[in-house]
Amino acid sequence: MTSLPKEPPTKRLGLVIDLDTCVGCHGCAVACKEWNTGGIAAPLSDVHPYGEDPSGAWLNRIHGYEVADGPSESRTVYFPKSCLHCENAPCVTVCPTGASYKRQDDGIVLVDEDKCIGCSLCAWACPYGARELDPVDGVMKKCTLCVDRIYNEHIPKESRVPACVASCPTSARHFGDLADPESDVSKLVAERSGFDLAPEQGCSPTNKYLPPRAKRMGAEVVNEELEEPAGGFLGWLDKALTQLGGD
Amino acid sequence: MSEPKLDLSAPISDEVKETTCYMCACRCGIRVHIKDGLIRYIEGNTKHPVNEGVLCAKGAAGIMQHYSPARLRKPLRRVGERGSGEFKEIEWEEALDTATAWLARVRATDPHRLAFFTGRDQSQALTSWWAKEFGTPNYAAHGGFCSVNMAAAGLYTIGSAFWEFTEPDWDRTDYFLLFGVAEDHASNPIKKGIAKLKERGAKFVSINPVRTGYSAVADEWIGITPGTDGLFVSALIHELLRAGKVDLDFLLRYSNVAWLVIDDPGHEEDGLFYLGDMGRPAIWDRKEKSVRNAYDGDGQPALTGEFELPDGRKARPAFDLLRMRFLRDEYRPEAVADQTGVSAATTKRIAAELAEAAFENQIELDIPWTDAFGRSHKKTIGRPVAMHAMRGISAHANGFQTCRLIHLLQILLGTIDAPGGLRFKPPYPKSLSSLPRPSGRAEDVLRNAALAGPHLGFPTWPQHLLVDREGQPRRIDKAFSWEAPFAAHGMMHTVIANAWRGDPYPIDTLFMYMANMAWNSAMNTKDTIAMLTDKDARTGEYKIPHIIYSDAFASEMTAYADLVLPDTTYLERWDCISLLDRPISTAEGPADAIRQPVFEPDRDVRPFQDVLLDLGARLGLSAMITREGRPKFPGGYKDYLTHHHRLPGVGMLAGWRGAEGEKTVQGETNADQIDRYIENGCYWYDPLPEGLQYYRFFNRDYLVYAAKSGFVTSTDPIVLNVYAEELQRFRLAARGYGPFVPPKEHKDRIETYFDPLPFWYPPDLVSGDPGDEYPLHALTQRPAHMYHSWGGQNAWLRQIQGDNVLFISHKVAEQHELQDGDWAWVTSRHGKIKVRVKPMEGVNDHTVWTWNAIGKRSGTWSLDPQAPESQKGFLLNHLIEDLLPEQPGQYRYSNSDPITGQAAWFDLKVRIEKAGDEGIDVAEPRFETVPAPPGVEAAASKSRYGAGFRRKS
Repeated sequence: MTSLPKEPPTKRLGLVIDLDTCVGCHGCAVACKEWNTGGIAAPLSDVHPYGEDPSGAWLNRIHGYEVADGPSESRTVYFPKSCLHCENAPCVTVCPTGASYKRQDDGIVLVDEDKCIGCSLCAWACPYGARELDPVDGVMKKCTLCVDRIYNEHIPKESRVPACVASCPTSARHFGDLADPESDVSKLVAERSGFDLAPEQGCSPTNKYLPPRAKRMGAEVVNEELEEPAGGFLGWLDKALTQLGGD
Repeated sequence: MSEPKLDLSAPISDEVKETTCYMCACRCGIRVHIKDGLIRYIEGNTKHPVNEGVLCAKGAAGIMQHYSPARLRKPLRRVGERGSGEFKEIEWEEALDTATAWLARVRATDPHRLAFFTGRDQSQALTSWWAKEFGTPNYAAHGGFCSVNMAAAGLYTIGSAFWEFTEPDWDRTDYFLLFGVAEDHASNPIKKGIAKLKERGAKFVSINPVRTGYSAVADEWIGITPGTDGLFVSALIHELLRAGKVDLDFLLRYSNVAWLVIDDPGHEEDGLFYLGDMGRPAIWDRKEKSVRNAYDGDGQPALTGEFELPDGRKARPAFDLLRMRFLRDEYRPEAVADQTGVSAATTKRIAAELAEAAFENQIELDIPWTDAFGRSHKKTIGRPVAMHAMRGISAHANGFQTCRLIHLLQILLGTIDAPGGLRFKPPYPKSLSSLPRPSGRAEDVLRNAALAGPHLGFPTWPQHLLVDREGQPRRIDKAFSWEAPFAAHGMMHTVIANAWRGDPYPIDTLFMYMANMAWNSAMNTKDTIAMLTDKDARTGEYKIPHIIYSDAFASEMTAYADLVLPDTTYLERWDCISLLDRPISTAEGPADAIRQPVFEPDRDVRPFQDVLLDLGARLGLSAMITREGRPKFPGGYKDYLTHHHRLPGVGMLAGWRGAEGEKTVQGETNADQIDRYIENGCYWYDPLPEGLQYYRFFNRDYLVYAAKSGFVTSTDPIVLNVYAEELQRFRLAARGYGPFVPPKEHKDRIETYFDPLPFWYPPDLVSGDPGDEYPLHALTQRPAHMYHSWGGQNAWLRQIQGDNVLFISHKVAEQHELQDGDWAWVTSRHGKIKVRVKPMEGVNDHTVWTWNAIGKRSGTWSLDPQAPESQKGFLLNHLIEDLLPEQPGQYRYSNSDPITGQAAWFDLKVRIEKAGDEGIDVAEPRFETVPAPPGVEAAASKSRYGAGFRRKS
């Protein structure tokens, strides 16, 4: 068994994912695969990439659902899912070799592949299904929060964010320190009632999701229907033209 | 326990090259990181005006496209029967000699016999010019089966177009209507824009039979019945007019609604504008009680009533005709609800919301400007209502007029190129008088000579049509004939069938680039394939004698070529996104871009643009050789980008012109121009001063700038063309007036559809009602991660989606006892396919749909012959007729919009029934597996791409 940091990390780096603007374009998923297949957790292998049953290791996947809002209403929701870098990460404590660990400095959960025996216990322990065994190398892969980007001095400061955040065309992904109540991400969570995924699991995930905003369905409109002006259309037109003409 | 030491600041790459993405038509700026000679990472360029750093799934998957095993490796000559896939690798010299010999003979005997059509070509400024220099009238790109309805309706109405020449004012609009868009050319800008709307709390309404993607995050989804958007918009117009909620000031100043239309039935000028002083249109002045030059910009125009003209004839303001049409009871929300599937209450409420957004929340910017009539405006007024529309409107036989209806709605609300509305992107707007007319009549085509003018244009009079004296088509695709007078993008979808049939004439060589016409780009795919391989029984020759095809990949089309010219990937070429073509401008100002080679090809392939210039020189095309007969652009396309002049001072690139790079848009050659582009991230962008950013169709200072830049030919205002007299001219021809009249068989069709005021008609008025036997509409969408791309073969993207199913509503599922995963037969009056189904909520009850172009032919694209794309994936194309059903004794039209020739993909009606257990679980129809061309590598069974980067870091 592996221990979590004795003192909770002072920083809680993570993502805030906005379900209001995610259009399910998969941009973040591919940007993630692209960065990380050559990054600190490289490679993210693919098996039969041109074959009958292509599959591969991905650290971030987008799921689309139709969900019922009420008895007759339904909506389509896109739900990106990756490691939530939990405070009480069961994937760490379950690891028999110490390969899974949570960083003391920033709370990022990583895998030390040198120690990983590919037993997949961590993947079973994760209630979110956020880990994937590399199908070729047999070691566990998971979201690194692009730890090799966010501190990387070869990257311009403003771009030192995870690849999924940098690429997202609808700004549905935000990165920051969720332990700092003054951070942009913490404020966003407060403003938009960000929530934990499956809090009953007791993992205390760092990543938060922002719920879809209330839809503007028209209740706020002054009149549900346009009224015909006095005098009918021609009466209105005559008056309007007269006003425009100033005569 | 200690944590492992990580190097968190390792160098990312050895080198970064900036260029322009080509994974779709969006053309984002990208930065390609190279490490150990391989792509480490592709990211969005944060400074680029198109994407500002973001990147979509396609763009990020560019690595796998560049390293695709399906890349062609060497020129190929067919050695087996056409379609057998039997090829022999040949040297470029032999390939170019062969092509030159075929083409030279065509040029010397009859240039019509070359049909040169390009697909996802982003070098149309070059390919069209090459075809013109060659002298064939038969050139176009794929716009005729993509979105010409949008482009043409826009250009004939507002001088710009939804297509690529406008964008909603994402920063200011408070109400956004999106019609028929699953994904679009401007893929990242739309996503960025929608995020802005959501952030600001603007209302977003999506009108689409299917609720996916953008529609999923809309505030309101209106699951309209396909093909009825125009009827819904007509009902909105009805409501707004009825309540007097239209911007009269805007209409009077900027549109032609007050112009007097001659009311003289049975005479040659009926329905035309009355021309008064100096041949200018006129208004009726309410105060003076007389006609007055509409271009005075003064007076008090009447909008209703009938008036007597000085010559004694009667006339009405165009607005009166509009009012009489749209206030009719047939456009009441209650009257249209059954057809549109939108409740009357919803239509009324949307109309009320539009009125509130437009008129209760007027935007006033402190930007003074002067209009074309010299009237100065202290402020720039805007109405925060914006709209965008695309394929779902375009791909119907009523798309042109439906798109005009949407523009009419925008004009009535005063929200064209105004803050908060639909904003134009320079070099647009352009007046119809600034746009070219098509060339290709008999006298334009001479042996061994260039075509007289450009192929594609915008007819405004019947005499602009490309027809012979009998009114028969001059082009192989019949574009600009009476069948499709405003076919501004050509009609690529008709080329193969027409050439096979020899209608209007046989051809010798079909030359195509990046166009999968033997598969997902064809209507009636199965028969199209048969036409490509059909032989003349008498001579034993193929009916289409020669086929030259250029592409980077082993697609379905490759097998049907006699000669394959292998192209490079997008990271191995020079390229140009030119203002002469479809630029990447924003509403703030013009922009263009280049691609630079990030890598040298590791195969014996050449960029198609270089090959074209080489072929041109070999053919001795005068624009491509020096006086001494040597190639004029020995450095290929890069050379051309710098040194070619279309007109004096006008070249492919607008930035850094002039000897020192000091000029923009126009100027002499700058030998270092390409270097300046590279230094600037491979793009040029020139945001205009605020005063030149709005009302550009009437903004004097902008029009002066545009004329100086060569965007327009005069500083005349571009009057919003609510009443399109150009259409009426064709109608009058159909009534027998004027020297150019349609053959008898076309008269009714022209009379019906060339209505100068936009109107809605059911698409099956054109295509013939298939009857109750086919009760369901069937259509396709492209997924965001594959839109306008070759993504189906991409190792990563195909893991996201490797096959497709037919989505049906729960109601349809219940009716036919279908469950998720069941196989069903889907039948149209044209064909039958077997597919898997999936019930869903978010779809119109009368509609079934699937993801387009996921289905592949077994053996192509270096995919395993048993790949899901070919076993479970399918095309709807097999159900879609290319020609409308034969009617005895009548002209047989293509399945297209009668005005523009736009392919009517979405007018398909089908029935569905559960399949028995008659066979194995594969989609039908089946096609024989195509063998991979020689040299194309077998795909690896696993990939550890990127593993090497880690080891070395």
